[in-house]
Parts: sequence; C-alpha cells; structure tokens
Amino acid sequence: MLSLILKRILEAIPTLLVLITVSFFLMHFAPGSPLTSERGLPPEIMANIAAKYHLDEPVTSQYLRYLWNILQGDLGASFVHKDFTINDLVAQSFPVSAEIGVWSFIVAVVIGVGCGIFAALRQNSWIDYSVMAFANLGIVLPNFVLAPLCILFFSIYLQWLPSGGWNDGAWPYLVMPVIAMSTSYIAQIARITRGSMIETMHSNFIRTARAKGLPGYKIVLQHALRPAIVPVLSYLGPAFVGIITGSVIVDVYFSTGGIGQHFVNGAINRDYPMVMAVTILIGSLTILFNAIVDILYALIDPKIRY
Amino acid sequence: MNLLDVNNLRVNFGTPDGYVTAVNNLNFSLAQGETLGIVGESGSGKSQTAFALMGLLAKNGLVEGEALFEGKNILGYNEKAMNRVRAEKIAMIFQDPMTSLNPYMKVGKQLMEVLMLHKGYSKADAFEASVKMLDAVKMPEARKRMNMYPHEFSGGMRQRVMIAMALLCQPKLLIADEPTTALDVTVQAQILTLLNELKDEFNTAIIMITHDLGVVAGLCDKVLVMYAGRTMEYGETSDVFYRPTHPYTKGLLEAIPRLDANDDVLATIPGNPPNLLSLPAGCPFQARCVHVEDRCRKEAPNLEEYQQGKLRACHKPIDFGVAS
Repeated sequence: MLSLILKRILEAIPTLLVLITVSFFLMHFAPGSPLTSERGLPPEIMANIAAKYHLDEPVTSQYLRYLWNILQGDLGASFVHKDFTINDLVAQSFPVSAEIGVWSFIVAVVIGVGCGIFAALRQNSWIDYSVMAFANLGIVLPNFVLAPLCILFFSIYLQWLPSGGWNDGAWPYLVMPVIAMSTSYIAQIARITRGSMIETMHSNFIRTARAKGLPGYKIVLQHALRPAIVPVLSYLGPAFVGIITGSVIVDVYFSTGGIGQHFVNGAINRDYPMVMAVTILIGSLTILFNAIVDILYALIDPKIRY
Repeated sequence: MNLLDVNNLRVNFGTPDGYVTAVNNLNFSLAQGETLGIVGESGSGKSQTAFALMGLLAKNGLVEGEALFEGKNILGYNEKAMNRVRAEKIAMIFQDPMTSLNPYMKVGKQLMEVLMLHKGYSKADAFEASVKMLDAVKMPEARKRMNMYPHEFSGGMRQRVMIAMALLCQPKLLIADEPTTALDVTVQAQILTLLNELKDEFNTAIIMITHDLGVVAGLCDKVLVMYAGRTMEYGETSDVFYRPTHPYTKGLLEAIPRLDANDDVLATIPGNPPNLLSLPAGCPFQARCVHVEDRCRKEAPNLEEYQQGKLRACHKPIDFGVAS
C-alpha cells in the first residue's frame, strides 16, 4: 500500500509537468494577449505594462520563470484583480467551492446510491420507474435552469432561503448551491448504482446466498453491496474533483465567490496566471482522487493487490 | 415415510412469447439417505426442478403441484419459512464453482454465516465447525484457507468449499446441480468419491442432476430420465442402465463415447430437443425417435408403471423379453 502511494506521487510529477507545459504554451500561442483589451493607451505605457508582467520576453523564458515561481509556491499576480496574488484569490475562493462540493458530494452519494439500490431491488415497480424518471430529469435539466428555478421557488415564492451570498457558509446559504450542484450527480450515481446492483443481484453467488437461507437485507448489505459499488466508485473519483472545484453557474447565480467563476473569467480576460492556477489545481486534484479511488478499489476488491 | 414426495410438479415461465412449461408433471420420491439421479440434455428442465424445490426460480417462474418434504408442502412456503428450510434441511450445490462463491468475501466468513444464521453459533464456534467441515471435504490446510478469498482457490477446491457449505447444517437432502460439469475429469472423480463418502457419513439424501450417465451409475440408487420437461423413464439405476426400455434412454446410453470400441463416428441422437414454446402434439421425442409411429405423433404417452417401481412414457418401448 505504501509503495502504491509513493509510486503515485512520483508519477504525479511528470504528469503535472506535462499538464503545465501544454496549457502554458497553448494559452500563449492562442491569438490575442492580456493587453488586447487595454486599447487606446500610448505604446510606451503598453510596453511598460508588458515589461512589468514580463510579457515582452520570449515565451520560453516566461515559461521557465513561471516554473521557477511555482516551485517556490508562488502562482504569480493576477492580471485582472489588481493588488491580489493568485495565491490569495485561490485561498479565498477554493474553500468556498470545496465546502459546497463536499456537501454536494455527500448528498449525491447518499441519495444517489440509496435510490439506485432501492430501484434495483424493486426493479420494474413504480418506485423503480419514478427513481429513473427523476434520474433522467436530473440529467437533462442543466444547472443553469435549475439554479434560477431554485431561487424563484425557495427565495421568492416561499421566502425561505437567501437568494445568494455566502456568509461564511451558514447553512441557509449552502442549501441552494448544494441542490444545484448535486442534482445531476445524484441522477448519474442512481443510474450507475441501479444498473450495477441489478447485475450483481442476478449473479451466481447471490443465488448461493439465497440458497443458504439468508434474509434479503443480509444478502443486499453483506453480499451484494460491495461488488455493486465498484462501478460507482470509478465514477466518483473524477466526479468528486468536478464537484469540489465548483461551477461557474453556481458561483454566478448564488454569488458564492467560489473558484468556478475564476476559470471562466480568467480565460475570457486572458488572466494567464489565474488560468494556470486553476488548471494546476484541477489537475492535481484529479491525480490525487484517482489515486484514492485506486486505493479504495484495493480495499473493496480482494483480487486487486498492489 | 418418504423424505421427499414430489407430486405433479410443473414449472411455467411467462415469457414475451407466451408460457413455457419447463417442467411438466414430474413425480418422484426419495427416502432418507437415498440418491436419485436426474438426467437429460440441456434444457430438459433438470435444473429448474431443483430451483423450484429450493424456491430459487427466476421472477417470471410459476410453480404448480406439491413437494412434500417431511410431510409438508414446501412449495407453498413464503420466503421467510423457506429460509429456514434452505441450507438447514435442504442444501444445494451449483454447477459453476468459479462463480458460485462471493469473490468479495473470505471463504471462512461465507461458511461461518450459515452456522451463525441457522444454528445460532458464536463466531468462534462457527469458525471451528467450519474448519472441521473443510477437513471433512479433504481441504488441505483448512484452517489457513478460512482466511483466503475464492480467487485463491482452484475450481475443484471451490467446489469442495461449496460442498462443505452445503453440509454444514447436516441437511436431510442435498441437491447437486451438475456439480462436476465445470471441473477437470480427475477432479470430477475426486468430487464424486467425496460425495459418495459424505453420503454414507451423514446419511444425506441426494438429488444428483447431471447429463453424465457415468456419474449416475456410480452414485445413484434411482434414476429419472427427463426430456422436454417430462419424465421419460424412472426406476432403479441398474434396471434403467442395463435394460433401458425407452428409446431416449437407450439413445443416451449409446451416445456415451467408449475407448474400447474402435468407432470412427460417435453415436448421437440426431436432431435437437424441441422448442418448449411450440411442442408438437403427441410424444415430445417423436422427431428424434427411431421407433416412431403414427400414434406417437397424435397422442402423448402417459407415464405408466409397467413393472413394480419402473415407470416410462412410451407407446413403443423396447421390449427386452422379445428382442433379446
């Protein structure tokens, strides 16, 4: 197990390096520059600004400088948010997204897995059909539709919840972002769980368990759950990264100040250091959680040994 | 009193194309410690008979008739009542040992849970009893193997585990659904020898489902030959084997390949079993029978007791008194 962790850390270094390199050069070779929007300034001032951000240097030396800086933990200064370093912005916004994300993840897993199992055990009953109908709805309903519907319903009609803001993550401010964030994940998880549970319940070893006279709940909990959860697990790793790195929709509709907005705004404004920071963050988290999923596989499936 | 009396057992499956009768009016009985072989080709309803007795039919399966086990009709039992019969009184071994054990659970736990559930054993007692049973099925290093997972066992070893699991509660009846089909020939022989020994040791009645007539000859007191869900012939093993009176039984026996005969062509029964969705009128075996006559195509033969304890369903039986 320890050697697996060590191996994954060593593998992560070249992966991240490739990720950084490719994103850095792609971004710089794309037409336009961070200064395109600063029209009408005298060329001398433009040159000054470019020099301040080292944009006048060849791309390769900018790249080496950037690598050197991030090795020291410095993600650079934002081109857009004056007086803020990227480190500050990430430190401000990532915890917000992570909190919404962790809650959404818990909600998605508990409800998704629960509904999936229930639907599978009552296959082709009205419970099954309603779970699947909900799941299809959750998948086709985009969160940019769901988010304003939530505001309309909970904030305007019922006046139960604040329509936006963060307030250090007090629960009324969390509810709607979590709903908007988790719905499509609940739907996906329920579908995967249902399918895999139905398959497991038809397998020969479940027949053996029934032939032993085990009661239904024991068959499900002790014999079927572990094998049925494996396909769900492979979905959960990447899904978790997607959930905790937030979504621009949630950040914009509910003014939460999460990191999702920076990804889109950074790209639009050519805020090079911001785009790089978010890329590195998502990349590292993806590597981390894929490794965690691999470890969980080994814990669940005795055939997998590292 | 017989241990098991099966009367007019029928198993129907509702399918999108209509009702399929997989088992049609089956009758047999089994005394304590007796072994019955059920033989037939694939799809003849052998396994469905076993599943019906265990209450393990697929959801679209519908069972009729009665199966009196110790005088009580277990076919009418609900799931809860049936769970007290399963493993404790009637246990089952399945065809494919590779997939019949839970790959995610230690073998020991899979054994122990049977005893903890049915006998109320403590963990420690269940562990010791399971080790003892693994020893009884000749599992080497039984104690060590309790903590191993199924994928660390070979096919034959897994079948030994299944047999041990089935015998844990010392059931009155063991249903073995083709227990050796998926195994190598040498392992097959070991498993059969083991079943034979255990049968005497525990005085368990066995229903041995197989398409291997050699298995029946070596193990069974009585044999029931099934075709298209019906009984073709039923009697003492030695009678049925040495004096088969049903053309189908005879065909099966002739189809056993022999090393001592120098035949270029293997004997077979030409054709395939009929589609159960559209059975022909008359005898289900008519299309493949060498003795077929007009009557066979019009009316299905009834199962008749033509001698004490010997039953067959045929209009044109092979008569040994005349033929030989």
